[in-house]
Amino acid sequence: MQKAIIERAKQLLADGTVTRVIGWKKGDFAYDSTPAVFNSAEELDKDFIFDDFTASNVSKYLIKESQKEGKVLVFLKPCDTYSFNQLVKEHRINRENVYIVGIECYGKLDIEKIRAKGISGIQSVTNNDGTLTIETLYGTETMPAYEVMAERCLSCKSKKYVAYDELIGDDGEVMDSNRFDMVAQLEAMSSEERYNFWREQLSKCIRCNACRNVCPACSCERCVFDNDNSGIANKAPADSFEENMFHIIRAFHVAGRCTDCGECSRVCPQSIPLHLLNRKFIKDINELYGEYQAGADTDSRAPLTNYTQGDCEPSVVHERGVE
Amino acid sequence: MLKIAIEKIDELFALVAQNQALYIPSDNKDGAAEYTRWSEGVKYSNALNTLRSAKDFFFPQTEDLVDFKMSGKNIEIIDIRKETEDFVIFGVRACDAKSFFILDNVYLSEPVDSYYKNRREHATVITMACSKPSETCFCSAFGIDATQPGGDVECASDGTSFFFEAKTEKGKAFIDSVSSLLSDGDTAELDNAKAKTKEILAKLPLAELSTESFGADKLTELFNSDKWAGLSESCLACGTCTFVCPTCQCYDIKDFDTGHGIKRYRCWDSCMYSDFTKMAHGNPRLTQLERFRQRFMHKLVYYPANYDGVFGCVGCGRCLAKCPISMNIVKVMKALEVK
Amino acid sequence: MQVNENKDFEPVIVAFCCNWCSYAGADLSGTNRLNYPANVKIIRVPCSCRVNPMFILRAFQKGADGVILCGCHPGDCHYTSGNYYARRRMTLLFSMLDFLGIERDRTRVEWVSAAEGAKFAATMNEFVESVKKLGPNRRLEDLRCRKQ
Repeated sequence: MQKAIIERAKQLLADGTVTRVIGWKKGDFAYDSTPAVFNSAEELDKDFIFDDFTASNVSKYLIKESQKEGKVLVFLKPCDTYSFNQLVKEHRINRENVYIVGIECYGKLDIEKIRAKGISGIQSVTNNDGTLTIETLYGTETMPAYEVMAERCLSCKSKKYVAYDELIGDDGEVMDSNRFDMVAQLEAMSSEERYNFWREQLSKCIRCNACRNVCPACSCERCVFDNDNSGIANKAPADSFEENMFHIIRAFHVAGRCTDCGECSRVCPQSIPLHLLNRKFIKDINELYGEYQAGADTDSRAPLTNYTQGDCEPSVVHERGVE
Repeated sequence: MLKIAIEKIDELFALVAQNQALYIPSDNKDGAAEYTRWSEGVKYSNALNTLRSAKDFFFPQTEDLVDFKMSGKNIEIIDIRKETEDFVIFGVRACDAKSFFILDNVYLSEPVDSYYKNRREHATVITMACSKPSETCFCSAFGIDATQPGGDVECASDGTSFFFEAKTEKGKAFIDSVSSLLSDGDTAELDNAKAKTKEILAKLPLAELSTESFGADKLTELFNSDKWAGLSESCLACGTCTFVCPTCQCYDIKDFDTGHGIKRYRCWDSCMYSDFTKMAHGNPRLTQLERFRQRFMHKLVYYPANYDGVFGCVGCGRCLAKCPISMNIVKVMKALEVK
Repeated sequence: MQVNENKDFEPVIVAFCCNWCSYAGADLSGTNRLNYPANVKIIRVPCSCRVNPMFILRAFQKGADGVILCGCHPGDCHYTSGNYYARRRMTLLFSMLDFLGIERDRTRVEWVSAAEGAKFAATMNEFVESVKKLGPNRRLEDLRCRKQ
């Protein structure tokens, strides 16, 4: 796969279709790739990597890159294409300046899950048809890959590309996913249980803003939380209220625009399941205003910039779920 | 050397906790270690390092400094400082133990930060020698010996016992207070274990990392390096690296209007943020390149310039593990290195 | 000091009222000499749609025990469609607050026209009562703002 990608990138650079490539750069370990711009075939040969750990959604970098001169080549996984589309829809990406090659994805691995198994001193990770062999300083471990697959990939919503210029591999289908299961489980709890669940989770927050800054939907030039004049800038979780406030508003600001790419939970250094907040909004929108998948197209009206006269009243909240 | 069997460590914890608050690394529900106040049932975690660094004990993420009350045209200033109670931190690794001295340089030199000093003076630090370093460790690059972590009491394990050695007066007092549970032990096994750890340390993928290209005298060439643009382009401008870092020491001071008074508090700040050191005229560092550069220049050049060549990094590896896009000080050092 | 959780508890209610209908409705209930509790603090907004979710949270932070949003009846918005947008936003926000375990009776939306002075008073009476039953807001409270 990596070889095919590099070859195609080199061709497109050579024939002048694109002037540079966004992809992932090899790191020091078996799992730490960094998004990067590659300008030449030599750079691609030297550092370009695509493997089980190249999980970052690079579509957000296109906000900046697509404003520059010349076409940029980008490799997007199916879920990334939704983020891309959403950004095009919001006029944040200049579509003309981007050449998309869709790349197949079988799910990415989560290094944190490997570490959580007590595995340390990782030297290499090889995947043989779904069986991982992990060489460490302290011996070799093997395990099935699905055990350490990223949470978001276990509930993958789509293998379909919603935006591309060409594909490596075949187009897939929107999947029948179980992604709302956990939200439904929480909804079935009592209000107090939910409160305790979220207090425990959100109290871990260190307000590093990684969830916000990695989010392709959070593309404001100046975030309201960074603006001293907004009166609600809160830099630190100085009180439990501020933890709640930040996460409610963060999720609200992307409600109807969040494509559920799962980057927020992936990057959280404190392992807070932030995607559940986004999924709650998506689930509510689906149930109350009709099925809607952000990023599936570039012309529909988003649920929160739309209405019908027969919309339910806010009191509907009282009629649903458990008190 | 004095020792206690590993399975008896809870007895020692119980004894210590009778008189003082005791904090130990313990696994949380996600399987990550965090400093937890010991009480019956809290189990010591042998994890290499805690999720958040131990600096939280002395330099917490947020801290109230002073309260104001307004009545008419009078402002009453209320000093809310209180003497901290004595507490013990158990199981601090060599990197975090060293980080305390890096913070000390900043906070205990004139003008002394009384909030920091208060907590620092009341703490007894019991370190724990590493036995299973991870691939992300690079403390040796900063002259730290993970098998000799220092602190008030140095603790190490040979797999069956914990061995204690007092390093300071405070440490001696601690050992005396728990001596009823300790017995003299043979250190042959321990020396063996330490030698083994040292072998692994030498084999770590980052063992070769060198600080030779960095320091106060390299200021202009590093500052003007053309590498920064490429290194910083993928940076998301979040504060993860800063907030998991045991040596990052910058803070912001803010006033909060409670409706019936004002609370002045400080909270961690990150040089990665767009409002870092923002002044009346705006921000001195306009782009992410400059903010990114600030963080690494501070650790590798400015800090050593101010404090006798000591680097502002201890190689704990937390930023390597936690950065959302895996850009980190090691990659920066390797890129800027002059071979 | 623990706030007295019994009958003496007087909740603080923040009512965001749209300028064109509900604020006039509140006025009318006043000129009609209808009673509604003094616990209700009215904040006039140009349109119910002006109410940002952050306003609601901030009200809780600064000591509100319940927050109610009043606007023109759907279809009657002075700006044609403002209240329709507000309706969707508040529905999702309230659902989220409920999801986080905040008591659902602390938030409400009510459509009150300029002619419905009686409805305004009745709504406020009822809302204050229901919040009173819940007791002080503890789950979405900023401890720093609690009166000592």
